[in-house]
Amino acid sequence: MGEPDLTRRAFIAASGALIVALALPDHAAAAAASAKPPLTPDRLDSYLAIEPDGTVTVFYGRIDGGQGLETSIAQMVADELDVPFERVRMVISDTARTVNMGGASGALGVSRSGLLLRGCAAEARRLLLGMAEKKLGVPSARLTVVDGVIHAANDSTKSISYAELIGGRYFDSHVEWNGKYGNELNVTGTPPLKEPGAFKTIGKSFRRKDLPLKVFAKLDMVADMRLPDMLHARMIRPKVAGAVPVSVDETSIGDIPGAQIVWIKNLLAVVAPKEWNAVRAAERLKVTWSESHPNFPGHEALHDHIRKSPVIKRTIQAQKGSFDEGLKQAVRIVEGEYEYPTQSHASTGPACGLADVRDDSATVWTSTQKPHYARDGIADLLGMPPEKVRAVWMFGTGSYGRNDQGDATADAAVLSQHLKRPVRVQYMRHEGLAWDPKGTASVNRSRAGLNAAGDVIAYENISKAFSRLDTATNEGRAAHVLAGHLMGVKLQPELSFEIPKASYDFDHWQLGWEIVPPLMDRASPMRTTHLRDPYGPPILFGSESFIDELAAGTGADPVAFRLRYLTHPRDRAAVERAAKEYGWTPRPGPRTDRRDANVVVGRGIAFRRHFDTFIALIAEVRVHRDTGVIEPVRYVCAHDCGLIVNPETLRHVVDRQLVYGTSRALFEEVTFDANMVTSVDWATYPVLHIDSVPQSIEIHLIDRPEAAPSGAGEMALGLVPAAIGNAVFDATGVRLRRVPFTPVRVKRALAGAI
Amino acid sequence: MPERLTLEVNGQSHVIEVDDPNMPLLYALRDEIGLNNPRFGCGLGQCGACTVHLDGVAVRSCLTPVSAAARGKIATLAGLGTPEHPHPLQTAWLEEQVSQCAYCINGWIMTAAALLKRNPKPSDDEIKRELAPLICRCGTHGAALRAVKRAAETA
Repeated sequence: MGEPDLTRRAFIAASGALIVALALPDHAAAAAASAKPPLTPDRLDSYLAIEPDGTVTVFYGRIDGGQGLETSIAQMVADELDVPFERVRMVISDTARTVNMGGASGALGVSRSGLLLRGCAAEARRLLLGMAEKKLGVPSARLTVVDGVIHAANDSTKSISYAELIGGRYFDSHVEWNGKYGNELNVTGTPPLKEPGAFKTIGKSFRRKDLPLKVFAKLDMVADMRLPDMLHARMIRPKVAGAVPVSVDETSIGDIPGAQIVWIKNLLAVVAPKEWNAVRAAERLKVTWSESHPNFPGHEALHDHIRKSPVIKRTIQAQKGSFDEGLKQAVRIVEGEYEYPTQSHASTGPACGLADVRDDSATVWTSTQKPHYARDGIADLLGMPPEKVRAVWMFGTGSYGRNDQGDATADAAVLSQHLKRPVRVQYMRHEGLAWDPKGTASVNRSRAGLNAAGDVIAYENISKAFSRLDTATNEGRAAHVLAGHLMGVKLQPELSFEIPKASYDFDHWQLGWEIVPPLMDRASPMRTTHLRDPYGPPILFGSESFIDELAAGTGADPVAFRLRYLTHPRDRAAVERAAKEYGWTPRPGPRTDRRDANVVVGRGIAFRRHFDTFIALIAEVRVHRDTGVIEPVRYVCAHDCGLIVNPETLRHVVDRQLVYGTSRALFEEVTFDANMVTSVDWATYPVLHIDSVPQSIEIHLIDRPEAAPSGAGEMALGLVPAAIGNAVFDATGVRLRRVPFTPVRVKRALAGAI
Repeated sequence: MPERLTLEVNGQSHVIEVDDPNMPLLYALRDEIGLNNPRFGCGLGQCGACTVHLDGVAVRSCLTPVSAAARGKIATLAGLGTPEHPHPLQTAWLEEQVSQCAYCINGWIMTAAALLKRNPKPSDDEIKRELAPLICRCGTHGAALRAVKRAAETA
């Protein structure tokens, strides 16, 4: 958060344990001068402050998962206020200091909250110019701002700084807001934003604010936080999903110093003053569990299970014309089915959360991606009004969607309330993989109707899966965390599964989704939720593989085929740019020249538009027929997300995503048997390691300063499975229909083709 | 009965009392000494987030018994360099802006530091082989490779 000295003042206590005390220095001077305005979205002071030394403090109600938002948002505010980037300090999602802007969600940090805060900065600048007008006796139209100092245009003797005008005091000024919290929160009626030609800070590659702290081991993450008198906790999970504790043998941990059992309804944990003793107690505790027979289908039969399962909700999300009518006119119908596996967030660090629950108030420290909503959910769980609960976001392990961090924080809160002491919950590796809410598996069915000329006149894409919100991503109710399930609160699953918009301008098309019932209704290790780019990999693997299938089926080159049906200039520009930079030579179908070779190279393209972000990815891969290994060789990505705030950071964000997406495409699958998840460590849930990274990743940014920034945090990764699959088809003529593309599966697919 | 041990970490001696001599070094560093930078990732030696140097060799502190570590010199990322006197890898990490969440950073930098110490000019394959056991879920692997090469070139 760029201010470790202020909010996370760490010292070594006499005991030798690292204690972190939380101070609230905000406006210490200001508090004396004027009453602190309420933290509501209609107050300018809820978004930014000018400190006595001229520092601009920005109150950012989202998070920074390590993709540089702390830096990019600071750049946007600095530019609008005309202050140096270095002078902007970010306070990130502390519910006592920031309003709810939605946490991490859909790569909306820059596109929504960045613009919101730019608007607030413009309003602050307007007010400051008004104050200077009075102080200097110069009309504001004849004032200029340089580095936070307001100068009279024609009189060099007249100037005054922001700090002199308001440093340490509140603006105490009203702003119009739209009455919505979270992603939709917006402020209106602020002055016009700077035109791109006037940018000084936006568009420059400032280095990440958080990285020096991380590289020099100076940043305390939530897992590093300690509270006085704190207990370490480990949760006890059943070996069979759905089983609940029946009896616990206290003597099994009797010799472990300080270890004690906490058993509340179906929630079971051990705590100890020393962390290792909590770990040992968790390993040793003897528990008798209830009989449970979840009868999970197992991962190998999961897609058949989905295919056979009843549809509990079906939605045609978008359409043009009438797919059925179009199909009737077709002389040829092409169908394709694609399967995507269950995947885990599999964060590098298993979740950790801390809570200090008192009789009438509570504070939690968390890396959840939704701190404000988590505050609400924990209040619900504790039976407290939300305003009595404070959630303080801290840097932590990447979450990649709604991972297990909210669950760990909620567990800590329940335990702390029960024990009347601060509690730190750290999940173990098996919990991080087996018990995080999962990204759903899906079966993606595509159909297309062609006329006599070979034109696609009807197109349909239907994805059938578990609900994407079986566990709501916001964590805003007790029902949305594992602790709530174990405490028996009423469940509130939502039935939702959206699919990405398609850009191809066929005469008749429809896109839809179907939801099947969950495998287990409560406290399920297979409960489903958002996994990073929730709309992306599962569906784009199907839809963009199918587009390729249509191209091959009609004897068209995959790039030319896409361009034939893409009409939006930014759609076309992304595809054309990727093809040009790659050096794409048209080929109407897979290569046939190396059918007998053991190692063969192919290239494949995939394209998407998400919001107003347009991305084309070309993957070149080497397929080893004897081993079934797919080796990513070269990725070329054309990326258009409107205005670019920080080109270097954006490039890194896309680069890292393409590597992450490769992991999802080649390696990742949650395995499970009839009783329980069986992928519980890095051996059983394999992920990409450095030896599988593409040899080269070329990123071509298309800057459109005139267009609003539209987000980049997760859209590129969704293209990787289809781009690789299409490259394998190009190389071998064999279409891969099931992610991940493991060697065994690839060999099986190649054998089937011969 | 608690046992008294002396750990030498980043050039400083720390006397600690442990309930269990088999306690992994990781918990001693974090809980007894307050050196938080080695992090718990798996407790199985499968990810590297807890990596420290023991007598110059990169080891997994989640598997190393504290009693075994008490006989050697322990170094953590916090002892590798400072903003004023950075290790070449730390400089390279910033030049390449490698990390995202950085939960795994100890594994990457400390493993690479041990490699460069015994092999100052490693080939790409040697770097990859050394770093292959490490987990990073943000996808910074390629950037890490570039940073280690950069550090090797400048060291």
